[in-house]
Amino acid sequence: MVFIILILLVVAVLWMVGAYNSLIGLRNQVTNGWTQIDVQLKRRHDLIPNLVNTVKGAMEYERGTMEAVIAARAKAMGAQGVKATAEAEGQLSQSLGKLFALMENYPDLKATANVLQLQEELTSTENRIGFSRQHYNDVATEYNTKQQQFPTSLVAGIAKASPADLWVIVDAGERAVPVVDLSSRAPGA
Amino acid sequence: MSDANLFAQQAANRRRSFWLVTAFVLCFAWVGFGGDYALYLLTAGAPPGAYRHAIPFIGVLATTMAAGLCYFAWKTGPRRVLLAAGAWEVVTPASAAQLQLANVVEEMAVAAGLPKPTLYVVPDADLNAFATGHDRRHASIAVTEGLLDALDRDELQGVVAHEMSHIQNDDVKLMTLLAGMLGAVALFSDTLGRYVRLGGRIGGPSRVGGGRAGGKGGNPLGAVLLLFWIFSLLIAPVVSRLLAMAVSRKREYLADATAAQLTRNPDALARALEKLEAASGATRNITQGAAHLCIVDPAERKISDREGILGDIFASHPPLRLRVARLKAMAFQQARREGGALPA
Repeated sequence: MVFIILILLVVAVLWMVGAYNSLIGLRNQVTNGWTQIDVQLKRRHDLIPNLVNTVKGAMEYERGTMEAVIAARAKAMGAQGVKATAEAEGQLSQSLGKLFALMENYPDLKATANVLQLQEELTSTENRIGFSRQHYNDVATEYNTKQQQFPTSLVAGIAKASPADLWVIVDAGERAVPVVDLSSRAPGA
Repeated sequence: MSDANLFAQQAANRRRSFWLVTAFVLCFAWVGFGGDYALYLLTAGAPPGAYRHAIPFIGVLATTMAAGLCYFAWKTGPRRVLLAAGAWEVVTPASAAQLQLANVVEEMAVAAGLPKPTLYVVPDADLNAFATGHDRRHASIAVTEGLLDALDRDELQGVVAHEMSHIQNDDVKLMTLLAGMLGAVALFSDTLGRYVRLGGRIGGPSRVGGGRAGGKGGNPLGAVLLLFWIFSLLIAPVVSRLLAMAVSRKREYLADATAAQLTRNPDALARALEKLEAASGATRNITQGAAHLCIVDPAERKISDREGILGDIFASHPPLRLRVARLKAMAFQQARREGGALPA
């Protein structure tokens, strides 16, 4: 009888260790996912001054839009935490989108090699931000589900697991706007 | 793809790789030791002084060679596949198209949460792409020049996502092992086949004559075994090719689906596949030995277009039309879920 209880105890402890480790593993994945987003956001912040400097001369009349981009960038760089960052970056996306839309009015500017390359880099960066966000949300959702599900929820307290914030698109306006495709080459070209 | 599903896929692929290697070594052991046994039976009744086949050196040699080849295929497979295709590595993008490719690959690596694979371009005007590598962290993606010219950014992204899915699912290891083994089997069967034919021509008449004269010189079981052995030697390349095709066909649908999940844009991959289908030429740089690695069959007469039993047996890829149809269905579902405009 004592033997059976001992075996059950050992099994319970082994399971706890497994559940604990899987939670820790997932938490590290979430942290890593967030780091990846950060890397891409930094890339975006670095590219924006380049873009503004390149188009500044030709787009004299759009000063307001460019200043909005610069301001949104500064705000986004100072943001802390998932929610605040998501919101600030959302605003930056919006003002960038406006600038891209205005650039359509300057065909000469759009055709220069420098701008073409910058646009490709920015398109790629926007995509990377989107994909790293997607990856982060997937991992974070898995982590959240795992720590709430029974019986893993029993270990969640010991592992000090708390739900990770998802990167939700805050602005309704941004949600409605499709991804701005600035592919340097037209389809079929 | 949820991670549990992904892990199941990777585990299944590891199992497949293990069985593939086992079957490969066993097959060579059969060919080797079977030949030894047949020769032993045939020469058992030979007069004293004539050659007697007592030591099974063919079997030992073949089995050792098979094990060595497996290791060799795994170790050098990726490099040899790339070398055979004449692919060159994109270190620093030299043109706008290459920059775009490098960016797209980086994006897909981010989406899959994996390190960026090394990037290769195959100097071929046809549209094709493949992935190869030891494992998920040491992999390469190669695309043809024709592909770079013909696809727009979204379509290119779809194709790269498809290759990235092969890397993520651990398909590349299995497929590259297969490619290395295909080459080895073809070489082995070729060499031994020539040897057997040559040996038959030289030693054949005297052996047959002796059998008829003596009546007990040849062992009928030995003759049957020898025939069977030669037969298995001759069909080995065909069987190994069929095996590769069967393994690869199943992976393609899954890679398409995973690609759609990575890009959330199944329609772009569907459009890319349609373009690949329309370009009906052959990818001359890619030999049949590496056909199962590619996104579409590089051969000119695309056998994968045929449905039914012929396509089921011989094609390395499912019919493109079916793949496109499945992707379009996914795009439709997605559009309906998100309430956006339905794609045409």
